[in-house]
Amino acid sequence: MSNKTLPTWIDVGVIPLINVCLAFLVSGFVILLIGESPLEAVQWMITGAFGYAEGIGYTLYYTTNFIFTGLAVAVAFHAGLFNIGGEGQAYIGGLGVGLMCMSLDSFMPWWALIPFAIAAGAAFGAAWAFIPAYLQAYRGSHVVITTIMFNFIASALMVYLLVNVLIEPGSMSPQSRVLADAAILPSMKDVFAVFGVNIANSPLNIALFLALICCVLVWLLLWHTRLGYSIRMIGFNEQAAVYSGINTRRTIVITMCISGALAAMVGINEVMGAQGRVLLDYVAGAGFTGIAVSLMGRNHPVGIIIASLLFGALYQGGAELSFEVPSITRDLVVVIQGLVILFCGALSLMIKPTIEKLFMKFFAAKERANV
Amino acid sequence: MSDFMLIAVSTLDATIRVSTPLILCAMAGLFSERSGIVDIGLEGKMLAGAFAAAAIAAVTGSAWLGLGAAISVSICMALLHGFACITHKGNQVVSGLAINILASGLTVTLGIAWFHQGGQTPLLSGDARFFSIDLPGALAVADIPVLGTIYTQLISGHNALVYIAFMTVPVTWWLVYQTRFGLRLRAVGENPQAVDTAGISVFWLRYRAVICAGLLCGIAGAYLSIAQNASFIREMSAGKGYIALAALIFGKWRPKTALLACLLFGFLEALTVRLEGVPLPLIGEVPAQLMQATPYILTVVLLAGFIGKAIAPKSIGIPYSKER
Repeated sequence: MSNKTLPTWIDVGVIPLINVCLAFLVSGFVILLIGESPLEAVQWMITGAFGYAEGIGYTLYYTTNFIFTGLAVAVAFHAGLFNIGGEGQAYIGGLGVGLMCMSLDSFMPWWALIPFAIAAGAAFGAAWAFIPAYLQAYRGSHVVITTIMFNFIASALMVYLLVNVLIEPGSMSPQSRVLADAAILPSMKDVFAVFGVNIANSPLNIALFLALICCVLVWLLLWHTRLGYSIRMIGFNEQAAVYSGINTRRTIVITMCISGALAAMVGINEVMGAQGRVLLDYVAGAGFTGIAVSLMGRNHPVGIIIASLLFGALYQGGAELSFEVPSITRDLVVVIQGLVILFCGALSLMIKPTIEKLFMKFFAAKERANV
Repeated sequence: MSDFMLIAVSTLDATIRVSTPLILCAMAGLFSERSGIVDIGLEGKMLAGAFAAAAIAAVTGSAWLGLGAAISVSICMALLHGFACITHKGNQVVSGLAINILASGLTVTLGIAWFHQGGQTPLLSGDARFFSIDLPGALAVADIPVLGTIYTQLISGHNALVYIAFMTVPVTWWLVYQTRFGLRLRAVGENPQAVDTAGISVFWLRYRAVICAGLLCGIAGAYLSIAQNASFIREMSAGKGYIALAALIFGKWRPKTALLACLLFGFLEALTVRLEGVPLPLIGEVPAQLMQATPYILTVVLLAGFIGKAIAPKSIGIPYSKER
């Protein structure tokens, strides 16, 4: 059962594609089960996600979040660490972004503020990932369990802060004050307006560019730096990494901090961009979607961009679908997400032996024909 | 009866009610994790069980059929977990997470399609729910101070599933520590090669362990929707599966200590409700959020090795391949 029997294009292309198709197939059965037509549902979803300008804007806005959380999960995955805490790290990271913006927004425009906001968000997100990472590396507790616990602790902490500390005086709902207009990231509509192009209004903002920059940086980090080499080596074989002189404990902590910082960038898109304030539960599951995205994208930035786009389309298309077909809600997207995680993650090895057999048969037949 | 006694008894009574699903899920996790299968899917199995119980009880009007449905659905999800992790050697954490997300989405999607109440199931009444049982002699001893009060108010008057939950702890202990199955179960979690060498099927043992976990999570789910409450509400498990997992770790993967951890976490939750807005002497008002976060914080502190040491089963999370 070695990997060498299959060429790379089947391993990273065909097999994930079949897994995704299986997930969609089962989702189709779920739609049939509740008495709706799967084909009609797909049609509405595609129309909702890509059929008109505003829809595309929303799709890309969701995509931005998923790229950040997907990259966060992927970086940790390369070191063999499973970071379930993206949700909490993004939440706390957004707090950092919000605090920095609120302290400086009265005298700084967004372009001067953004480096500070990124730094603060990254620091907060990294700090939230640091404790589970430290405990994993130095105290032997498992990062999966501690990051789950930290998600809940983050949620409790943020409720407390929003209700008691950050709440806008006189407001009833637990959210911070709105940032000054000049401090909020320009939306894509404004950006395009500069070039004289008029596009529809949507929460999509320039954080999308930050997401794409992060993809390039992660790719450079993982495959073109010493640190990236150590990260991948730890994931591949931790014992070997120790013997080759890599400080595995330190690398594990650094990897998790990078992962937390990437997740925190959701805060830039949401707090500094789309929402313009810190509010309750603004991450809305993006941290968990990041896991699906990373699994589907095979932990590679290019794959993550494609998978994020797919999930962005699912989220926006799901909203449209629930609007058009009353018996279906956006919870269907959660089902699809679960199925993608199941087939691309947990059952990723299921179809491999079959594909291997088929490939060998086909290949062997060809060989014989050549002889 | 003094005020203090009244408050103490009602808080402890609430503790028992809140702890019940935690105990069931923690025992479920114990079977699974002792056999070497990580189970973060407790939450999802319980949620799916809760929905199945409420849906079937609403349709048939029978609480016991509801319980049966909850157990069947939960076992199916456990078998899916087993299929992914044992047969196909998938990542156990990923599989558990998939089950949680799937349950969270499916329950609401199906609930809306079938009952048209925004994801809830119809309110149950009469035989469709588990009602409280008065233990024999509860009324007769009610007037005896202290002991009588404790018996009548605290021990008597819960529904059948609460008693079942507390029964599962000695049963689990007996199964895991006193039977041949238990010995093999613990062995397979520590060293599956050795078990395999002895001619015992590692796969079948682990499958039986996840089926036990499914059974108990199903009961926990039924408790939530048709005993403690009268309908299914979306996301009604509300992190209880994760708290149970924390309690299991806090109890160091042993039945008795896990039970104590469940009771401690249940007590904290009952106390949170009671202390809402009440200032304590010396420390003032404790934020409810801090109380809610305490089980998680305690577990992290334990895992950090500051309160004893939690040592997980040795081969936990590692799929077993025969070829090695």
